[in-house]
Amino acid sequence: MDLQFTPEEEAFRLKVRDWLAENMPTSGLSADREGRDDKTWLTRAKAWQHRLYEAGYVALAWPKEYGGQAMDPVRQSIVNDEMVRAKAPYLVGGSGLGMLGPTLISWGSEEQKQRYLPKILTAEEIWCQGYSEPGAGSDLASLKTRAEIVGDEFVVNGQKVWTSGAQYADMMFCLVRTDPEAPKHRGISYVLIDMHTPGITVRPLVQMTGDRGFNEVFFDNVRVPRKNLVAKLNEGWIVANATLFHERNMLGSASGSEQRFNRLLALAKSITRGGRPLTEDPVFRQRLVELEIRVEAMRFHSLRQLTDQIRGKNPGVEAMINKLVGTELNHDLATAAMEAMGDYSMLSRDDEAALDHAYWPYEWMFSLGLVIGGGTSHIQKNIIAERGLKMPKSR
Amino acid sequence: MDFGLSEEQQQLKESARAFLSGECPTTFVRKTMATEDGYPRELYDHIAKLGWTGLIVPEKFGGAGLGMLDMAMVLEEGGYAAMPGPFLFSSVLAASALKLSGSEELKAKWLTPLAEGKAIGTVAAVESAGSIDARDISAIAIKGDGGWHLDGTKMFVPYANVADFIVVAAKRDSDIRLFVVDTKSPGVTIRSLKNLDLTRRVTSVELRNVPAERLHGGGSDLFGKLIDVAAVAVAADSLGGTERALEMAVDYSKVREQFGKPIGSFQALKHAAAEIVADVEPARAMLWYAAYALDTGAADASRTAAMAKARLCDIYSRGTDRAVLMHGGIGFTWEHDMHLWFKRARFNESYFGSPAFHRERVATLGAY
Repeated sequence: MDLQFTPEEEAFRLKVRDWLAENMPTSGLSADREGRDDKTWLTRAKAWQHRLYEAGYVALAWPKEYGGQAMDPVRQSIVNDEMVRAKAPYLVGGSGLGMLGPTLISWGSEEQKQRYLPKILTAEEIWCQGYSEPGAGSDLASLKTRAEIVGDEFVVNGQKVWTSGAQYADMMFCLVRTDPEAPKHRGISYVLIDMHTPGITVRPLVQMTGDRGFNEVFFDNVRVPRKNLVAKLNEGWIVANATLFHERNMLGSASGSEQRFNRLLALAKSITRGGRPLTEDPVFRQRLVELEIRVEAMRFHSLRQLTDQIRGKNPGVEAMINKLVGTELNHDLATAAMEAMGDYSMLSRDDEAALDHAYWPYEWMFSLGLVIGGGTSHIQKNIIAERGLKMPKSR
Repeated sequence: MDFGLSEEQQQLKESARAFLSGECPTTFVRKTMATEDGYPRELYDHIAKLGWTGLIVPEKFGGAGLGMLDMAMVLEEGGYAAMPGPFLFSSVLAASALKLSGSEELKAKWLTPLAEGKAIGTVAAVESAGSIDARDISAIAIKGDGGWHLDGTKMFVPYANVADFIVVAAKRDSDIRLFVVDTKSPGVTIRSLKNLDLTRRVTSVELRNVPAERLHGGGSDLFGKLIDVAAVAVAADSLGGTERALEMAVDYSKVREQFGKPIGSFQALKHAAAEIVADVEPARAMLWYAAYALDTGAADASRTAAMAKARLCDIYSRGTDRAVLMHGGIGFTWEHDMHLWFKRARFNESYFGSPAFHRERVATLGAY
């Protein structure tokens, strides 16, 4: 145990901090307010990621031959910390950076890596995830979107749903059924689909927040080159799980929780209840500490996993809990903030009297969405029990 | 940046697991539970030879000079095994009170035999209020011509029945100071209390004008530092106990069949087990940091110790409660071992401050 950073790492941290202070866009990029189908927003968001990449602060651990810097994970974690600290805007290419990229690095062909990875980094190509279907949510492997092989192509028919960012994505990593006769997990393939291909229709769905974040995507005889298959035909399930592992770690990331807790604490200090600050209310005070303890525990838990990664240890059961714990914690933080605000929690973010820059109503709802997306908490618990504790499968 | 155990720490943990599974199975724990004093002498001779009793005692006084993170490895395994006896109270708490003080003479007098396994120490802080809060402590220390004398009645003192000396918290003016009392001194009356957790023994200690030696120095708040050490130590024991309870419940769920299949195939049990894992793993990392922070004197050491105690004791109580439930009727029997940990969790939860007490400590230290 040694929590000191090297002088080089400390210098790197300061360099990142300074760079962010000078270069971070201050407005026009918040993903919650602006409609994401707004072209101006998209252009700005891509430009921001591109600028960050040029500065050397995107996906630092990726191999050099695909545009990365092959740095150790500590550097990446320093950048992540500083991004959170500076409240840097969300990266529009997050699905590519956090989910598809790491999957392709492990499973993609050399040609696929060269073709796709560099453009993920620069935000030239934005990716979306084609997993869930109307009949395949928690039971993802029952998906029905069909891909038939005709000559050198797959012909895709079917429908995906809850597809975040499909309205502006250039590409989709998509699970399709290529063998309807095989047992459900063995007839799935993982394909990369150009979203500009004829036959694709994207229909936006409105989330409970009022935003248009996710979509339905319909495929009508969509032709996909066979070389866009990742790994082997009918062996897509294992690749899908690799992506899910990365997705869950991304969703469960502890880095934002600390900032949210600090914001909650400041809010509670600013609210007077019964003639004293809410932080002096003995019940709410205990609740705040409980939340802070959970936030701190997750921070240490992340550091432990970062160390395991550096030491080359394969992730065990401790990695399976990130999504469950991280997303529920974020939602609990937002719920506490809503309760702290008393009747002000009735107000939507559009009311001028909304407290704390109307941050919490959206956060409260969005954070619940993340408890669901990427595999609900219930599914996460099944995974922990079955894969982590080897309890018998019920299905 | 390296947030993990060293190879030596992992080895210490593995060897402690191996030793205790051989020497301290639940049959042995139960045998000790049935004895009058609850103190397994042979086991203690053995662990003294292994160096555990002097693990955190400075080399100068015959110990191994290691820190709380190393000790946490042994404590976790002690919790896993529900190891009976005064180890935590003597080799961690009494040893730390002496070690953290500046009283070299007292260290030489007590630490060396303690490290060698020839003397047992314990700590007496709580009184009839049943609370570690300084405002609930009223034993007084009086300085006269013949040195210090203590008056008061301590309760819930672990293993004073077998201890050679007791570290006593008493009031001097409005401050809480620590003193060392020889249990053979006149005016000391020790009575056993009937403990729920039979892997431990607790006593009341009446002190009537008892000669005592003050633990000097160690900063302004020696009592506060002792609370930090106790918090981390109890948290480590709780971590190990929770792991054991989870393991027992999961193992049972794989073999017990109802509705024609193992009960572990039902989501109700899977989710209960998964929730314990989700609680335990981040708390484990927090415990490591809390121990490391004590060892390195980090600015947030007290605060993180309080966090670890609050969190792990909550997790232990909830985890053992759920683990009993996962066993069904058999888990409610005396014959089944589950209740050893269920009750030990209760002891841990209150000992040296409830989760609510430690959360308040976190809030105060964090300037909420």
